[in-house]
Amino acid sequence: MWEQIRSNQIRSVVLTIGMGALLILIGYFLGLAFDNAIAGLVIAILVWAVLSLVGYFQGDSILLSMSRAKKIKRDDHPRLYNVVEEMKIASGLEKMPNIYIIDDPALNAFATGRDPNRASVAITSGLLQKLNRDELQGVIAHEISHIKNRDVLLMAMCSILLGTIVLLAWYGSRFLIFGSMTGSRRSSSSGGGGGAQLIILVVALVFMILAPIMAQLIYFAISRKREYLADASAALYTRYPEGLASALEKLGASTGQLKSANKATAPMYIVNPFRKKGMKASDLSSTHPPISERIRILRAMAGASFNDYDQAYRKEHRGEGVIPAVSIAAETVPIATIKLEGETGEPNEIQRARETSDVMWRLSNYNTITCECGAKLRVPPKFKEPIIKCPHCGRTHQV
Amino acid sequence: MVAGIIIGIIVGVLLIIFLIIYNGLVRRRNQVKNAWAQIDVQLKRRYDLIPNLVETAKGYMKHERETLESVTKARNLAQQLSSAGAGERAKAEGELSSVLSRLLAVVENYPDLKANQNFLALQEELASTENKISFSRQYYNDSVLRYNNQTQMFPSNIVASMTGFKASEFFEVTLAAEREAPKVSFTQ
Repeated sequence: MWEQIRSNQIRSVVLTIGMGALLILIGYFLGLAFDNAIAGLVIAILVWAVLSLVGYFQGDSILLSMSRAKKIKRDDHPRLYNVVEEMKIASGLEKMPNIYIIDDPALNAFATGRDPNRASVAITSGLLQKLNRDELQGVIAHEISHIKNRDVLLMAMCSILLGTIVLLAWYGSRFLIFGSMTGSRRSSSSGGGGGAQLIILVVALVFMILAPIMAQLIYFAISRKREYLADASAALYTRYPEGLASALEKLGASTGQLKSANKATAPMYIVNPFRKKGMKASDLSSTHPPISERIRILRAMAGASFNDYDQAYRKEHRGEGVIPAVSIAAETVPIATIKLEGETGEPNEIQRARETSDVMWRLSNYNTITCECGAKLRVPPKFKEPIIKCPHCGRTHQV
Repeated sequence: MVAGIIIGIIVGVLLIIFLIIYNGLVRRRNQVKNAWAQIDVQLKRRYDLIPNLVETAKGYMKHERETLESVTKARNLAQQLSSAGAGERAKAEGELSSVLSRLLAVVENYPDLKANQNFLALQEELASTENKISFSRQYYNDSVLRYNNQTQMFPSNIVASMTGFKASEFFEVTLAAEREAPKVSFTQ
């Protein structure tokens, strides 16, 4: 059963402990620069603790404000709100997550929040107008899975750990170079022991250079695995893997980069915001598995259960599975019947684009007046006049 | 003396295991209850939406009086049975779902109705409520499966039978065409 997908976190925890060990070693070597290993350890752990506390309590609001996301209510975009609510119900999440729209034509989405009771999903306006209902459902299911599997907190904490290691290694290596120069002068005056100290310093310096790279590789390994698991959960929640597959296809076809994303926040998104076209499948230095592979796995699924996802994954990876054995129930879950686009009066892409832009204007406090001639007047919040003239036909309107 | 201590430890360990299993069963049973309440919320929402939808559609669908009446009738019947058991209720709700999908299929023949903003908003709400019903049912059935497994499997079945945990009923709707695309015919 999918609850036990958490057992896979053992692997993630082991990798995280590996990153923690790197941090402690960094602290130790940093201490060597001051001839006091304990001081280095204390500094390393202190920096990490402060950053973690900030990340834990304020991480989601920092991330959301950095990406200039705007919170919406049910009336702002009923369809998006309904889709999120549907996935909240399907996943058995207790509290409705907050919904944000990022005003950006790039196609992307992410989830954030330290626990399932304080979670948010954000989607770009570009993606919102590009996807039909089933595809939107697939993407939201993927994000809700990240919340439900508690990936969000894990990835946030890992990225803070990584950030601390990079930060300390950067300063540490400079301290070491500076410290070794003064240190060698001191040891030459006292005589003896200089050789051994030099070797330690060289080792420390090499480690300072390698540690961030190692930490990054560990981080990427954790985050890629989480993407597969979220895809598997999304297929199970929607009982319709094709929805997510088709959404990923649209995401993969676009090359627009998200303006407000940066390297630290990249793993939070549904697809890597900095991807280039034709990325290699075995690319170690990527936070996300290649989109084409994720689509192939989803389309190869015979049913919608974890077992079906695992089977499809094994075909791609020469027999190696992705989902831990305890989570695979023998039962099969049938895929829901394929629906046609625009079947129940669903808006087409142009209508969706209009709808989304209306929402974005409204969220920026613009007042929209529809003139009888068909023109839409967007009245900025600073506009103080009581009436406005339609520039198209000349009719006047009350503001 | 030593034997007394050993027996004491064994009894203590058994008691702890018993409590852990018991608490697990309670948690699962509450999950089932919550999941059922969630279905209830969505079904009630559907009862509330249908009169509005029928009222809006009436003005446009002159030739579909029968369809509209059957929707209203199915809704009232389902609402009456809302305090009945899971099995009986599921049947009434399944019937309501199928007449509703028939109604939404014939809407295709009325372009004026399809252009009505009020109707479009209602249709989105109704379609989403239908989805929410099937997703909450899906979650309910999964919860029931997990709970029932626990009441039947060793060793938790011993605790379950001692403390009176009974297996729950699934919410099955026998409706093959549920998520299928409605068949649209343009011949009236």
